[in-house]
Amino acid sequence: MRREIWSFDSQVSTPKTPNKTGAGSASERSETLLRLHLESNPEALCLVRATLQRAAEILQFQEHDTRAIVRSVDEALANVIRHAYGGQKGQPIVVSCNRLRKGEKPEDPVGLEIILADSGEALDPGKLKSRSLQEIRPGGLGLHFIKESMDVVEFSRKEGQNFLRLVKYPTPSKAEKNEKGD
Amino acid sequence: MLIATRQTEGRVIIDVSGDIDLAHSPVMRKALLGEIKEKKTPKVLLNLRNVRYIDSSGIASLVEGLKASRDIGSRMILYGLSPAVREVMELSRLQRIFEIYDNEEQALAT
Repeated sequence: MRREIWSFDSQVSTPKTPNKTGAGSASERSETLLRLHLESNPEALCLVRATLQRAAEILQFQEHDTRAIVRSVDEALANVIRHAYGGQKGQPIVVSCNRLRKGEKPEDPVGLEIILADSGEALDPGKLKSRSLQEIRPGGLGLHFIKESMDVVEFSRKEGQNFLRLVKYPTPSKAEKNEKGD
Repeated sequence: MLIATRQTEGRVIIDVSGDIDLAHSPVMRKALLGEIKEKKTPKVLLNLRNVRYIDSSGIASLVEGLKASRDIGSRMILYGLSPAVREVMELSRLQRIFEIYDNEEQALAT
């Protein structure tokens, strides 16, 4: 059963995370590793990228997976700043990073779950679709990058807050694929 | 992110270093469009050798630059893409629309 990991500060300006996100399966257990309380400010993105890169490296993700995680969280935060908060600085965003175990056995995959919470404008579900890449024009690529990079991408809106849940499982190395006969 | 512009053999090279993200892509966009739209430089080379990261706003600025160069009949060339930048280009499926070279020597020779 999924652990109740949400224990956000009760400051008025800080997004809270509900006790249940409604995400994840019953066989997945998550354990909080890190929680960042940010203000919406593009200048903070480089700090988040550096933090997540190191976290993913420590969790032994390969370089390619590490870049995917960093890219996805960066793009998601940029979307929160630009769209949910309309570019307004100083608005609260919480980034939670959890170790996610898929199954009970030690050899079961261990992933990284990242949940972004903000108190900005509700997302328009119609805008949550990746645009066609045949169209050559600036903009609209961020969501495509996130969907291409992560194993799970889930949006939800609860109690006036937006939640984005991202999960990445390590890509098996070539040696591991060969062992499994893939 | 740092941007420096130099001229060589009638071409303008924009050297970009650092991360091109939401905070810094407007600076690159301004430098790029300044050369293409305002100065109407016939050939602009963007040196990305020291760019560690580029996000979708950075890619959007490159697309905007490319469109502006096509509008006036000039050329915009990219070179020195790191694996991380190349990966983002591939994700956006845009690598085929840009003129991309491995290094400055090749880019200048075209």
